[in-house]
Amino acid sequence: MSVWTLVSYGCWALSILMVVWMIYDWIKIDGKYTEAQLTSSREGEIEAISEKHNI
Amino acid sequence: MNTVNPAIAPGGQSQKVSLLRVLGPAHVWALGVGIVLVGEFTGWNFSADKGGTLAALIVLWMVGLLYTCVAMIDSEVTSTVAAAGGQYAQAKHIVGPLMAFNVALYLVFAYTMLEVSDAILAGDLITQIATESGATGVTHEPFLMLCIVVLVWLNYRGVLMTLNVNFVITALAFVSIIVLFFSVQPWSQGVVLKLGEMVTPSNALPYGWIGIVAGFQFGIWYYLGIEGTTQAAEEVRSPARSLPFGTMAGMMTLLIAACLTWYICASLLPWQHLGVTFFPLYDAAVVTGSPTLKFLLFWGTVLSAVASANGCINDAARAWFSLGRDRYLPTWFSAVHPKYRTPYRSILFLMPIAVAFVYIADLNQAITFSILSGVLQYTFMSINIVMFRNKWPLGSIRRGYTHPFHPLPAVLLFLLCAITFFAIFLGYGSQLVAMVTFYIIVSLWFHFYRYRYVRRADQFTMPWPKPKGY
Repeated sequence: MSVWTLVSYGCWALSILMVVWMIYDWIKIDGKYTEAQLTSSREGEIEAISEKHNI
Repeated sequence: MNTVNPAIAPGGQSQKVSLLRVLGPAHVWALGVGIVLVGEFTGWNFSADKGGTLAALIVLWMVGLLYTCVAMIDSEVTSTVAAAGGQYAQAKHIVGPLMAFNVALYLVFAYTMLEVSDAILAGDLITQIATESGATGVTHEPFLMLCIVVLVWLNYRGVLMTLNVNFVITALAFVSIIVLFFSVQPWSQGVVLKLGEMVTPSNALPYGWIGIVAGFQFGIWYYLGIEGTTQAAEEVRSPARSLPFGTMAGMMTLLIAACLTWYICASLLPWQHLGVTFFPLYDAAVVTGSPTLKFLLFWGTVLSAVASANGCINDAARAWFSLGRDRYLPTWFSAVHPKYRTPYRSILFLMPIAVAFVYIADLNQAITFSILSGVLQYTFMSINIVMFRNKWPLGSIRRGYTHPFHPLPAVLLFLLCAITFFAIFLGYGSQLVAMVTFYIIVSLWFHFYRYRYVRRADQFTMPWPKPKGY
């Protein structure tokens, strides 16, 4: 088995490992927090506090 | 990583979690230039095939003008509308929901297709190295997969690390162009560079002036994606200062890189070869006969492709996330990771789409769809800035940056976009029609079905006074 064949297998293995980790983390987070908490971000909230737009 | 402590307690009080403001002007530069710089290493040179080496230079300047207008206009509007989604948030506040929905789709398509093209490029380069080293039976599939998955993982884990990495690899790729430029002794023509022999009056414009027009669509490669800096608006510490600064610095970097690239390649490669090769800068390094330069430009090309894909994942996910947050798409997509503070569901959702296109699309199709979506977006910008200035004239709201000579840049941008559409029609008419048909169909879906779910009053978030005339 050549080095490049091993590298190819290594790429597949690492890719699968990372995808599995992300899916695991996603499921863990979704189970740990409520949907309302996770989707609580609102556009422009910081601007509403810091920028008054008074010239 | 940018944070290790959860922003909210699990299942506790409904404390809000949002994207994290941790970026500075250097990150904005890294995002914009990182997405674009790959265009100097491949792509722009196909304009030489359409119209000759001189056409490639004229296109460089003309499209450079187009993107300077884009950068100026974008900087002014974004320094005021500082929200994730960039041009989507601009369109929502200035034009209206249907335009905003379309602009967000332009963004997602432009960046996802560019990400696909970058991954194909990086994968093919690694496969080429394997083949040159004598390996047989090595295919590009594992490298394509690894490229996308590693970058998605990086984006999932936090924006600060993502753009720190982008800063380093983009800077390395840019330095490789600078090193090549000084290595070929540009101050003494005839020693290494032979511009006078390569570009002669008989071959400068082999197809006449129409060749310049035909080359426009490939000239877009020099700068495609610089407007992506605005996607970082919600994660930049001081958007009114950092975004215009990072974007304009990025545009200057790209103009310099584009000029150096053309000069080196036009002086070392005959136009017939320059117009068809996939790796003009790498080929120029090979022509010099220096193994060091060959090594440097090979890795410069790989790093630029990786940096571009990395920035594209970041931007496409922000645009998709913004659509979810405003209920233009299911709100499920607007979730923010409580620990990493990234739009993790949008990042993960777009990953299989990119992987699918990497395996079914070829490089030309992917980049054509990306360019088409990009030019549609630039056309919108020219109209958007005129409406912005009319509705909120100078002095009515605070702007971080005010672009000069209005409305000249808007008019120029519109005209250059019209020329580019004509050029695309000449080369890829069927793709142009297919793309426009797609956007019309999804617009009808949005208007007649999806918009009923949108909370109309909630989508306009900027604390601005009423527009003039309302």
